[in-house]
Amino acid sequence: MKAARRIAGRVWLAVLLLAVWELAARTADDLYFPPPTEIASAVRELWWSGPASRLFLSDKALDDFGPSLTHLLVGWALAAALGIAVGVAIGLSRVLAELFDPVLQVGRAIPPPTLIPFFMVVFGLGTDMQVATIVFGAVWPVLLNTVDGVRGVDPLHLDAARVFGLSRTTRLFRVVLPAAAPKAAAGLRVALGFALILMVIAELMGAGGGIGAHLNDAERGFRPVELWAGIALLGIIGYVLNGIFLLAERRFIGHHRERQA
Amino acid sequence: MLEIKALGHTYADGHRALTGIDLGLERGELVCLVGPSGCGKSTLLRCIAGLQRPTEGTVLLEGQAVERVPDGLAVVFQDYTRSLFPWLSVRDNVALVLRRRGLARAARRAAAEEALEAVGLAAAARKYPWQLSGGMQQRAAIARALAYRPQLLLMDEPFGSVDAQTREDLEDLLLSVRGDHGMTILLVTHDIDESVYVGDRVVVLTGAPGSVHTDLPVRLPSPRDQIGTREDPAFVALRAEVGRAVRRT
Repeated sequence: MKAARRIAGRVWLAVLLLAVWELAARTADDLYFPPPTEIASAVRELWWSGPASRLFLSDKALDDFGPSLTHLLVGWALAAALGIAVGVAIGLSRVLAELFDPVLQVGRAIPPPTLIPFFMVVFGLGTDMQVATIVFGAVWPVLLNTVDGVRGVDPLHLDAARVFGLSRTTRLFRVVLPAAAPKAAAGLRVALGFALILMVIAELMGAGGGIGAHLNDAERGFRPVELWAGIALLGIIGYVLNGIFLLAERRFIGHHRERQA
Repeated sequence: MLEIKALGHTYADGHRALTGIDLGLERGELVCLVGPSGCGKSTLLRCIAGLQRPTEGTVLLEGQAVERVPDGLAVVFQDYTRSLFPWLSVRDNVALVLRRRGLARAARRAAAEEALEAVGLAAAARKYPWQLSGGMQQRAAIARALAYRPQLLLMDEPFGSVDAQTREDLEDLLLSVRGDHGMTILLVTHDIDESVYVGDRVVVLTGAPGSVHTDLPVRLPSPRDQIGTREDPAFVALRAEVGRAVRRT
């Protein structure tokens, strides 16, 4: 009962907005603004009308999600590895920090989509170009947050590590990295959002499959409901990815969160 | 075993923290360092620990000049909430420093649990430091330092921010372990009673820049007792003497 009331307290506004949207769309009866129920049934029909044995995913879902999510996750993972490795190095070394600072400031100021034409020339259309775009865009929040986290390690923790004779490697893995983890994780979460945006942009601009290609098809075929369905789907994917990330974060570095609470 | 010669330190901003400190500690001694706040006590400890290079003079540990953090030295920091690693359980905080002793993982954990038991923290081994009270955290920090089996233990106002009862318990804990492994202890405190109660010697520093003002031997019977020792006329007289010395600085 209590749980039900808590959930109700959280979702009432969303339900209300949907209801208003539904009502407004039905009243206006405009081709470009279909009511949410139509969008929802389009989402279900397009992507969730498959057999139960594969979680109801339709053939189209496999075609659309497969490449999109693979690019997204591969790009994000590469950005994470690169951002953390370079971020730790720069965070630990004042020389590297001063050397790289102008490069980083300029690099992160470049809007990643502007590099898509360049990546198309270098990598051609397809996976490499899309992953490169995602990596270039998603690496910055990870890198800058990791630098920040590593620099922010409590000096007393470092003193304690030195006094008790911890080796450089132990210091890095047992003191510096755990201390920097909450900041790095915040960067990873922002990067996940960036990766989703860049995934769609790369798919919209380049040919090939994926959810971006579905949006292009729907637009060219003049099917506004399917266009809206694609947009809704992206919202759902972003929401689910963020939720999974938060669960993982709580699982692995939850003690930081509790400490701050 | 510890020899400090003509030690002085001036910070880059021109602040002169210490000047002309001469001080020696014998093996197994427990020496208390008292002085007004800001007299450079913490700077002195950092120089001894090799965390900071003094601008003048030398620190010799077993005849060797201290140029970086020496082996066999442990520190109990004043700020226990920041010296324990919050991402490790209390047991793993202790076990981490045992790598230096070359123990395998299982042996480290066992030794850590033993050390925690010795300070009455066996039940809290799997908790995180921030789940414990201040006194328990400081106990854990002491357990970590003891498990390291240092030859020289430096303590920087270790009981400064715990309640009076816990403070007395921790003082007695310190007295009960001091004989272990021939450990030499240098304890910084601003509490005159405490310095006389736990010390073999009380060294009073003058105000900034700090230098040795008085060096008093404490000749009180062992074992010491929180009630009995503190009402001993010799204790009262010594406390007054240290108090006057601190005032005069």
